[in-house]
Amino acid sequence: MISYILRRTFAAVILLLVVSAVTFAIFFLLPRIAGQTADQLAQQYIGKSPSKADIAAVKHNLGLDQPVYVQYWHFIKGIVAGATYDLGPTTVHCDAPCFGYSFKNHQAVWPEMTSRIPVTASLAAGAAVLWLISGVVVGVISALKPRSFFDRLFMGVALAGVSLPMFFTGKLAQLLFTVQIPIFGRTYVPLTENPAQWANTLFLAWCSLALLYSAIYARLTRSGMLETMNEDFIRTARAKGLVERTVVVKHGLRSALTPIVTVFGMDLGLLLGGAVITESVFSLHGIGEYAVQGITDNDLPKILGVTLLAAFFVVIANLVVDVLYAAADPRVRLS
Amino acid sequence: MSETKKTDEAAIPQQTPASEGSADREVLLRVEGLTKHFPIKKGILQRQVGAVKAVDGIDFEVRKGETLGVVGESGCGKSTMGRVITRLQDPTGGKITFEGQDITRLSTGQMRPLRRDIQMIFQDPYGSLNPRHTIGSIVSAPFRLQGVEPEGGVKKEVQRLLSLVGLSPEHYNRYPHEFSGGQRQRIGIARALALKPKLVVADEPVSALDVSIQAQVVNLMDDLQQELGLTYVIIAHDLSVVRHVSDRIAVMYLGKIVELADRTSLYEAPMHPYTKALMSAVPVPDPKRRGQKNERILLRGDVPSPIAPPSGCRFHTRCWKATEICRTTEPQLVELRPGQRVACHHPENFADQAPQDTVLLSAAKKASELVPDAALSDGPAEKEPVAEKAPAAEKKPVAEKEPVAGKAPATEDTASEEAPEAAGSEASTSEAAGSEDAPEATASEPAEAAATAEAVSEAADTAPAPEAAEAAAAAEPAEEKTGPGAKSTPKATGKTTGKPAAGSGAEESSDE
Amino acid sequence: MTELSKTGAAVGEPAAARRSEAFLEVRDLKVHFPTDDGLVKSVDGVSFSLEKGKTLAIVGESGSGKSVTSLAIMGLHRLGARGKNVRMSGEIWLDGKELVSASPDEVRKLRGREMAMIFQDPLSAMHPYYKVGDQIVEAYRVHHDVSKKVARARAIEMLDRVGIPEPAKRVDGYPHEFSGGMRQRAMIAMALVNNPELLIADEPTTALDVTVQAQILDLIRDLQKEFGSAVIMITHDLGVVAEIADEVLVMYGGRCVERGPAGEVFEQPQHPYTWGLLGSMPRIDRETSERLIPVKGQPPSLINVPSGCAFHPRCPYADIPKGNVTRTVRPELEQVSTGHWSACHLPTEDRQRIWTEEIAPKL
Repeated sequence: MISYILRRTFAAVILLLVVSAVTFAIFFLLPRIAGQTADQLAQQYIGKSPSKADIAAVKHNLGLDQPVYVQYWHFIKGIVAGATYDLGPTTVHCDAPCFGYSFKNHQAVWPEMTSRIPVTASLAAGAAVLWLISGVVVGVISALKPRSFFDRLFMGVALAGVSLPMFFTGKLAQLLFTVQIPIFGRTYVPLTENPAQWANTLFLAWCSLALLYSAIYARLTRSGMLETMNEDFIRTARAKGLVERTVVVKHGLRSALTPIVTVFGMDLGLLLGGAVITESVFSLHGIGEYAVQGITDNDLPKILGVTLLAAFFVVIANLVVDVLYAAADPRVRLS
Repeated sequence: MSETKKTDEAAIPQQTPASEGSADREVLLRVEGLTKHFPIKKGILQRQVGAVKAVDGIDFEVRKGETLGVVGESGCGKSTMGRVITRLQDPTGGKITFEGQDITRLSTGQMRPLRRDIQMIFQDPYGSLNPRHTIGSIVSAPFRLQGVEPEGGVKKEVQRLLSLVGLSPEHYNRYPHEFSGGQRQRIGIARALALKPKLVVADEPVSALDVSIQAQVVNLMDDLQQELGLTYVIIAHDLSVVRHVSDRIAVMYLGKIVELADRTSLYEAPMHPYTKALMSAVPVPDPKRRGQKNERILLRGDVPSPIAPPSGCRFHTRCWKATEICRTTEPQLVELRPGQRVACHHPENFADQAPQDTVLLSAAKKASELVPDAALSDGPAEKEPVAEKAPAAEKKPVAEKEPVAGKAPATEDTASEEAPEAAGSEASTSEAAGSEDAPEATASEPAEAAATAEAVSEAADTAPAPEAAEAAAAAEPAEEKTGPGAKSTPKATGKTTGKPAAGSGAEESSDE
Repeated sequence: MTELSKTGAAVGEPAAARRSEAFLEVRDLKVHFPTDDGLVKSVDGVSFSLEKGKTLAIVGESGSGKSVTSLAIMGLHRLGARGKNVRMSGEIWLDGKELVSASPDEVRKLRGREMAMIFQDPLSAMHPYYKVGDQIVEAYRVHHDVSKKVARARAIEMLDRVGIPEPAKRVDGYPHEFSGGMRQRAMIAMALVNNPELLIADEPTTALDVTVQAQILDLIRDLQKEFGSAVIMITHDLGVVAEIADEVLVMYGGRCVERGPAGEVFEQPQHPYTWGLLGSMPRIDRETSERLIPVKGQPPSLINVPSGCAFHPRCPYADIPKGNVTRTVRPELEQVSTGHWSACHLPTEDRQRIWTEEIAPKL
């Protein structure tokens, strides 16, 4: 088990390195393929009509005149040891996990990101709880009475949930319940400040996001349960004389849930890397919004930082899921 | 045969016209020392820590026009063998010769022309047909893959094949799910026969089918063989079916062929104890025979793990005749009677190959409780001290100790007195290893080997003792190391206990 | 009695006077499943009885209704998605209780305690996530109000009884860590943990090797002797039947075509289908015959069971009885000799002649 986790962690680190290298290469190469020179790139970071000398200085300071692998090396070194950026008049020190420095709004990427993590995490966690519970419950009930009225109704709702876009349901809910009937707040309040307010302001975002996901999870659970309830071991459980509820929960659901946990981990990991649409619909200043900023501003350090953070969450979620899976299913051998 | 086509003729020139009948027919496929190991990898670096020895050195040949049956329990490697000889999997070692051509290391591309000649039929008539393809396109696939245009067009040929296997030509445009299991197996056979192969390897062709359908398919395969002069290798676990279809039969156990003989000899006078046990376990549809327990040999436990197969003869952990030599020395597959090859030190129905070695392993004693006296004595008992001794040892486990103790004054030290005990404790470990539990087998294997070394040191007098003790100390490599040490063991034990044992057998019988 | 009641609930009140004498008696059992394609008549009028200490073998091919019969006795056919609208009629008397009209919960309480079942594939029949011991403990605690510790001791005792070495250790093993034979032993331990009086074994050895099969059959026989329970053995292998059965019931197309003492059914089989089964089997105890004698054609569809005798399209003797009777009239079970019944239109003399002159010599 320990050896397995170690091996997986090692693999995760390698994977993150590869992701960062690829992202780095893409953002380094793309502008060049598009025909931009290092000068033009450097120019973005200075005001209008810069002098040749200014450009050269910025270019040098940012290392844009160096080969890509040297730039990448500096980036990695920055994460481990921190970095100092010489901006001509001033020098900026960026502390140890230095994921770069945005010259557009003159801020280090890492503190900016960490300040946004709680927002995204609040959104993701709340929605996850909602969709997991509702999705699984609906899925199980549908599976136990396939083709019943209830089954058809919920599967219909689920289909609608999947097909209606987030910016539609989200915007609609927001208009209805914050403007028409103002029962929910519109500005994010941190959990530590006021938990009730925190939940109140996030509730609509949770629901909109959960509607989408619980639809998927209900369908997953339903098909998983339908399959499991046809397994031989379910028949054995019934042959023992167990009451149906025990058969369903202890023998059926336990097996049906395992693959769902896998998907759940991945989804949660993905969401932690930024729920782009939800965040913008509900004006939440989370990771997703930060990513959008980076892209619209063509701000390489931001994009790189968010990409790495998202990758990190996905990789960690994957690792956790695999370990959980092994714990749930004794047939999975970790060694 | 009006159907003989270019495809056939093109391939024919290399071969001499054969089939003069019976045993001396031309060899179509020859397999020598074939092995197939599946590596087991472990740890952070995925080092190879062992191998599943699915097929571990087998030799046989298939003659033109005959049917070779291969039987064995699950995990004996028979299916792997089938996939390796058709080169669906690459062998780890050994040599496969088809029509005189070495095909062991041919690449996929080089194998392609040979695919016409070697075809396979699989067990699962549901899984082996693509549900999205029509019967027509499934059966005609070999033509497309080989780029062969049969006379009269593909469709006509496919319809001919369909009627050949007892299906209606109108089934051409139907899909597999419209057919029952038996019909699907017929489709599989039609596909295999499309290119007029010379060799058909069938892996459990009828075991997924109902009894009445099974008979239909067996008869069909029989007819096709007559009609098209096919050569079959039929792999199955059902001994009755194998007996019905085969001319010669190979019995496999843990990756080895333990007996290879023509049908009649094998079923009438099996020589390997495993063959005998296997056959006696087949239930017979005759309730009158139920009471006759003496025909039933009940093997204890399961087949040991192919990852760490038992030393010496692989069957010794479950064999009621096993002696010291069975644990230390692997018996070779030798032709003891014309047309009957067997790998056993103490064959049934034949003179003992290691008559000096008579001390039963305690595993064997335990196993022999499950073997009726009739089975033990129905060999030529007069010639075989073992057969005589077996019931004696079984009834009185102490009996074995007596002769040794009796001999003790003659040899000077008490070591020999302890020998049976050591052997006993060792054999019980070996049984634990071999009997029930595959995963544990690995763990207790070194223990067994160590015990072996101990037994050697105790039994084989004082002189070799230090070496043997060393061997015992080095537990892991003991398997190799016991080799030389152990060789002296059978002699030693043979000397000390052989004659008195026979004597005690006599005593025992006079008691009765 | 023939009218089908929905969901198997209440088939009128079978009068207590008609209560069965035998330990297990099944009377005119019908189990029909409505599907989109039509009504699947899985079991269509099967009757038999069984005493304690005796073994009945139900023989038939896939789709003959042998498994559904056993599931119906256990009350398992009406659970799960497929059982929602099953139609069932007839009577099942187990030790004086009628099960068809009993409430699902009453049947549940009998399940596992008075009647238990073992299945074909022990690997899929055991829950892969739970330890073997825990699964046996669960089976025991459903019907016995005891602590986990007591139940565990009982589980170890049962594992030991069915011949699993080191039961105290293996009790904590998972099913996938057991070999096929050991798993089936554990299954048997689980089924017998409550000392059931009826044990139903559904192809218990089909997935096993012959040597292991012999061990398991031996074990079932021994346990039956020890506990005196009634055993229903469902199988397609006539060898297994001969090995273990006192009585044989041959099923075809959801109906019973022949029933009788094992010796008689093998010695003097009275139905062409039984002949077909015997002729299809290669036998290890006889000289090899050149060819097997298969039953021609395919098994019937349970939605469109052939009219008259369900076997007539495959029967080589269907034209012997006069007046097209085999195609129009469903044959009833008739007693041939004491306790030996057969449902066939062939006149007894013809059957006798065909068996002794045509079939028996070829086997």
